[in-house]
Amino acid sequence: MQVTITLNGKPYTAEAAPDTQLLHFLRAAGCKSVKCGCETSGCGLCTVHMDGKPVLSCSVLAAQADGHAITTLEGLQAEAEEFGGFLADQGGEQCGFCSPGFIMSVLAMAKELDASATDQEIREYLAGNLCRCTGYQSQLRAIRAWLAAKEGKAE
Amino acid sequence: MYTAQQYVKAQSLQHAFELNQKRSTTLLAGGCWLRMTRRKVGTLVDLSGLGLDTIEETGEEFVLGAMVTLRQLEQHKALNEAFHGLFKEMTRHIVGVQFRNCATLGGSIAARFGFSDLLCALLALDCQVELVGAGRVSLEAYAKMPYDNDVLARVYVKKNGRRPVYQSMRNAETDLPVLAVAASEKDGQVRVVVGARPARAAIVDEPLPLNAGKDELEAFCAAMQRQLTFAGNMRASEAYRRHLANVLTGRCLAALQEG
Repeated sequence: MQVTITLNGKPYTAEAAPDTQLLHFLRAAGCKSVKCGCETSGCGLCTVHMDGKPVLSCSVLAAQADGHAITTLEGLQAEAEEFGGFLADQGGEQCGFCSPGFIMSVLAMAKELDASATDQEIREYLAGNLCRCTGYQSQLRAIRAWLAAKEGKAE
Repeated sequence: MYTAQQYVKAQSLQHAFELNQKRSTTLLAGGCWLRMTRRKVGTLVDLSGLGLDTIEETGEEFVLGAMVTLRQLEQHKALNEAFHGLFKEMTRHIVGVQFRNCATLGGSIAARFGFSDLLCALLALDCQVELVGAGRVSLEAYAKMPYDNDVLARVYVKKNGRRPVYQSMRNAETDLPVLAVAASEKDGQVRVVVGARPARAAIVDEPLPLNAGKDELEAFCAAMQRQLTFAGNMRASEAYRRHLANVLTGRCLAALQEG
């Protein structure tokens, strides 16, 4: 079947089998930031935005995404680079494998939470992204510094 | 991951119902649990184009479409105000935001998972489900029904002043619950529901008086232990679940008594 999505702001059409996961559809389209991690919907590595909301591309079929707008890290380079700088400053990326999915979740979170968000609210929002290196403290510091900088309250 | 030979976007609820009469057909709601299976599906019927992703409020009830996501339930202001934050509490522990943006109310309720937070919590309220074939059925009856080829369209939640609380115990924050207890108070009587035993959530027959003291609570828990089945699995033993059921019931009662 033919699937047409708006991929990172541009129309994209390709053939997909009825059971093709969006994850593999996007990787075939060249979006290699979208990674296959746990295969059990639990790690957040494959997070993309569907109509602006974060979803697990391993749990959505390409057919379900037909007609929708999909954004991957490739489509948010400027924002990702900005936050990535804060992440690097705090040593929050380490092996870097979880970073694409993590950054996609953080960018989605920034639309819902501001610098007044509590640590608990941030942790809850990002509970679906697993990182086996950092223990999450450095990531939390990076988010706090980034949110403060966005609001002109540099820490 | 399952395989599917054909993908069809249902044009109407009746269309979905007709397609679902074939054994090789599987309904696709959020698809989050389905993807964990190795099922060989003939026709996958997507319910996403039927306008079932809305939450509507009338004078008497909330009408929740089967395709409403767990995240919608978690964030809906009126729903959470009316039911004291129950919808947020029953969903916020489930994996992560990106998962809850995919998983649906209908997928969770129709599957009647033995670990379902949603089924347990909603049984504490007065709910009905709308099935395309069978019409409106109480959620309590639906929770006991065997699986069939009907299609769940909507869930109706009655606004009748029930005051609910929800408690769950997990080995890790975003894991499935080891045990869940929901309770709700109306007219001085508390309804208790126990889920993730691990079996379909069930209502305890005997109501618990809101003003129950230690002895009454102990007698209630003894009756609950006799009525319900508990079992062990990789997450917890049967004995631990039985112990937790008493503890979480006590906590629910205390929360309701505190108001």
